[in-house]
Amino acid sequence: MGHRTYASIPFFDGMQHIELLSQYLVAGITYGTIYAVVAIGFNIIYNATGIINFAQGEFVMLGGMTAVMLHTLLPLPLAILGAVIITMTVGALIEIVFIRWLTSPAVLRLTIITIGIAILIREIALALWGTGVKALPYFTGTAVTVISIGDVHISPQVLWVISISAVMVVILHFFFTYTLLGRQMRACASNRDAARLCGISAKNMVTLSFVLSAGIGALAGCVVSPITYVQYDSGTSLAIKGFTVAILGGLGNSMAAIAAGLILGILESFSIWVMPTAYKDVIAISILLLILFVRPSGIFGNVEASRLKEF
Amino acid sequence: MARNKYLRIAIFTACVIAIQIITSFAGKTPYLTQLTMAGYYSLVIIGLTLLMGYTGQISLGHAGFFAIGGYLSAFLTTYNLIPYKDKLVVTWLAKTGALVMRQDLYGRDILAVQPWAACILAVLVTIAIAYVIGRPVLKLKGHYLAMATLGFGTIVYKIVLGTGLLGAADGLSDIPGFRLIPGLEVSGKAALRIQNYYIAWGLVILGVTLLTNLIHSRVGRALRSIHGAEDAANAMGVNTSQYKQNIFILSAVFAAVGGVFLTHFNGGIGPSEASIMKSVRYVAIIAIGGMANLWGALSMGTVLNFLSLRGYFGSYDDAVFGFILVVIMLLAPEGLLRTDLFRDIRKRFQHKPSQEEQSP
Amino acid sequence: MKIELIIKDSGASPEKAISFAKQLIEEDKVFAIIGPSTSGETMKIKGIAEESKMILISCAATEAIVNPVAKYVFKSPQNDSYAAIRIFEQMQTMGILKIGVLSSNTGFGKAGKEQIEKLAPQYGIQIVANEVYDKEATDLTAVVTKLKAAQVQAFINWSIEPAQAIVIKNARQIGLAVPIFQSHGFGNIQYVKAAGPAAEGVIFPAGRLLVVDTLPKDNQQKAVLVQYKKDYESRFKEDASTFGGHAYDAFMILVKAIEKAGPDKEKVRETIENMQGFIGTGGIFNFSPQDHNGLDINSFEMLTVKDGKFAVLAKQATKKKK
Repeated sequence: MGHRTYASIPFFDGMQHIELLSQYLVAGITYGTIYAVVAIGFNIIYNATGIINFAQGEFVMLGGMTAVMLHTLLPLPLAILGAVIITMTVGALIEIVFIRWLTSPAVLRLTIITIGIAILIREIALALWGTGVKALPYFTGTAVTVISIGDVHISPQVLWVISISAVMVVILHFFFTYTLLGRQMRACASNRDAARLCGISAKNMVTLSFVLSAGIGALAGCVVSPITYVQYDSGTSLAIKGFTVAILGGLGNSMAAIAAGLILGILESFSIWVMPTAYKDVIAISILLLILFVRPSGIFGNVEASRLKEF
Repeated sequence: MARNKYLRIAIFTACVIAIQIITSFAGKTPYLTQLTMAGYYSLVIIGLTLLMGYTGQISLGHAGFFAIGGYLSAFLTTYNLIPYKDKLVVTWLAKTGALVMRQDLYGRDILAVQPWAACILAVLVTIAIAYVIGRPVLKLKGHYLAMATLGFGTIVYKIVLGTGLLGAADGLSDIPGFRLIPGLEVSGKAALRIQNYYIAWGLVILGVTLLTNLIHSRVGRALRSIHGAEDAANAMGVNTSQYKQNIFILSAVFAAVGGVFLTHFNGGIGPSEASIMKSVRYVAIIAIGGMANLWGALSMGTVLNFLSLRGYFGSYDDAVFGFILVVIMLLAPEGLLRTDLFRDIRKRFQHKPSQEEQSP
Repeated sequence: MKIELIIKDSGASPEKAISFAKQLIEEDKVFAIIGPSTSGETMKIKGIAEESKMILISCAATEAIVNPVAKYVFKSPQNDSYAAIRIFEQMQTMGILKIGVLSSNTGFGKAGKEQIEKLAPQYGIQIVANEVYDKEATDLTAVVTKLKAAQVQAFINWSIEPAQAIVIKNARQIGLAVPIFQSHGFGNIQYVKAAGPAAEGVIFPAGRLLVVDTLPKDNQQKAVLVQYKKDYESRFKEDASTFGGHAYDAFMILVKAIEKAGPDKEKVRETIENMQGFIGTGGIFNFSPQDHNGLDINSFEMLTVKDGKFAVLAKQATKKKK
């Protein structure tokens, strides 16, 4: 395969830099989209309940692992559908068993419970599937097919990740803005008691939020597994990056989460250019701490509103 | 009142001694190893109880301070300064008596920092870090505070994991013993086992005494007021941010001291001591003992750490702590070791009487 | 002879390794300890084992375990340095001079990286890019882009995580068509399956267990390997890997020594130390008082991936005679 050495041709020196930059950019967008989807999952539950669900990363892991398991019996699209449905059920179960029957609990207490739940899910996954890595096959092509624009190469799976995430976001937006159920959820999020006075069952809205979050997490897990593989502990680091992005954009603001996710992904990607890769994760955490210290409401969040929020 | 608070400590001390005598009698002296390790972890618990229980500030990253203490003392006592013999810093350090020339396990000469000097340095650095981190972190509340502490713990973990000088993934080994006074040495040697047990639990008793005094003083009352209603406390003239900061630093120092001593006892330290799972464990122990219940946390912590270190939980170690966290937070968020526990549980499951039944 | 096995899972956590080692030595009073499997843990208990005169046969690879030699401490995996040397010899025959090195932030990755850095100059090879990535990394496109920018003629990846499958995929995707070398950590068919077509042509040193079917009949190790693979796969229903083989070798060495010298710890230790020609899955062991590992560079075979399966590399560097 021809890999021309541009450096020997003076005219193309600048070109090479642009192509490298573009390659980093594409990598950054890939990471970023995944983080953004996890962050949106956080936001949905946060909006409905005020809880930060640490088990969000586990939904992604479950989606991927279940899909791989189902794929041995079903064709790919059905396997993915099955995995999403199963994970949604798990999400609903979690809410019903652990959250629903608590009477006016402190939100922090619930968040800690989700940490425990995340650990349990991880250990159950370990017991069920062992430590091996699993992946769905590439949706189109194989591990090495690429779409090349000049010297910039993108795997078609990346386009799948971006497009499916985009479609999810559009559907969610449509859901929350135009459907009755979606508007009910928003009502609940903004003023629980008033919503109940209007006859909206707050408890069901909470369950629905878990179901939705689990669903989008699972779908993300399926579409991203060919690129990143899943194993029983894939969920943990995703969760941390995910809520970094959620906070970066402003907790509860899903549109901002997309932008924040892309920003973080691109920053991480370019950091590899200048810093030892070993410290790449430190970038994400440093950004988290910086935002928390300087502007906890996030880049796009409303400073006044966040100060009024009760915990 | 004064007699009461010291009475509990006296009983505790008696228990510590009793356990040692019983284990020796039953020929189970080796158990003291895991009990000693559990003792050092208990130091973290004491600090965390102060922070989480009395000041109401959650920390999901306290293993980070433990690791800072442990790694610093490990690094300083094993890094060979012979190649830098002529540098100014080294000669100055040597003059203060902080350095020592010794032989390592394989008979090679090493010029390194003395354990006591390393300990002091480690604690000073911890105070500095806790001060710098504490100010912005403690301004946050609820989730944001939890995230920030989680972030701090993760950064410490990534740094010790990624830094070659700190052994990267392998950690540091061949840490020498820590001679406190001639005749008393913190080290893992079998012959010194009983001695080390008392050193560890002696430190714990010291810590508990400190905590008890603190709680029953003006400071303690101020803390409780902060926990109860921070804004009201502020209005009454209590400098809440100063108190929170100082308690944060104190709890960090407890953790760091635990780290220093355990590292010398174990003879080594690895990145696993800084992991988030460790921090979560400490929180789980505080939760199961009862947020502000020091005795509960200490006893549960000792039992759980002892069992974990002896391998009773097998490969399900993490799962056990995760399970505890969920169950306790779900059913008994005030902890298990309370006198009114059963009444509370009964209330939770009781069928609530209808309005008619309640009216006189 | 009846052997009772006490298993303790230390989960790669040094403090647990220390606690368990003390338990096994002082309370269970075991005859010998096999394991642990990470270098970090082994280094923590090396001193304890030596002081307590407890035979320790580690399944971790780092050279520091047997260098400096401790009388009671042995290890069964091959030295990473031999793996690195085999790779460099191969590179010499391929005319490669400028390389990139990637490793994960684990004990395994770190050990390999150190050996590579140390030995590269001896083979006239220049490392123009050297990156350590997080063991949980799920996409390494940015890292391999950096390699591409540095215009490497080949690169080595040293890790045992899924990252080793991800990195070769990413490399091929961005059009980095240079030869890729991996560590012996790649010797697990699940990673080949995971990487799909990207794994074709990857070169790596490994124990012969992986290509046992293609070994010539007169190969000394063949019988042991065939038996091990059969037993392992029928019992555990998963592909045998070289890592399980290290534990097997450690155990069988111990058994052989006990058979020869009886249940006397000192005699067994001496027997192991002087054992010659022991055929294991990792290679043929020749211990000596200065060499508590017993394997030499020939314990590694250079393998590659062909049509999704492991195969012996055709055009190998000529092996130096011992």
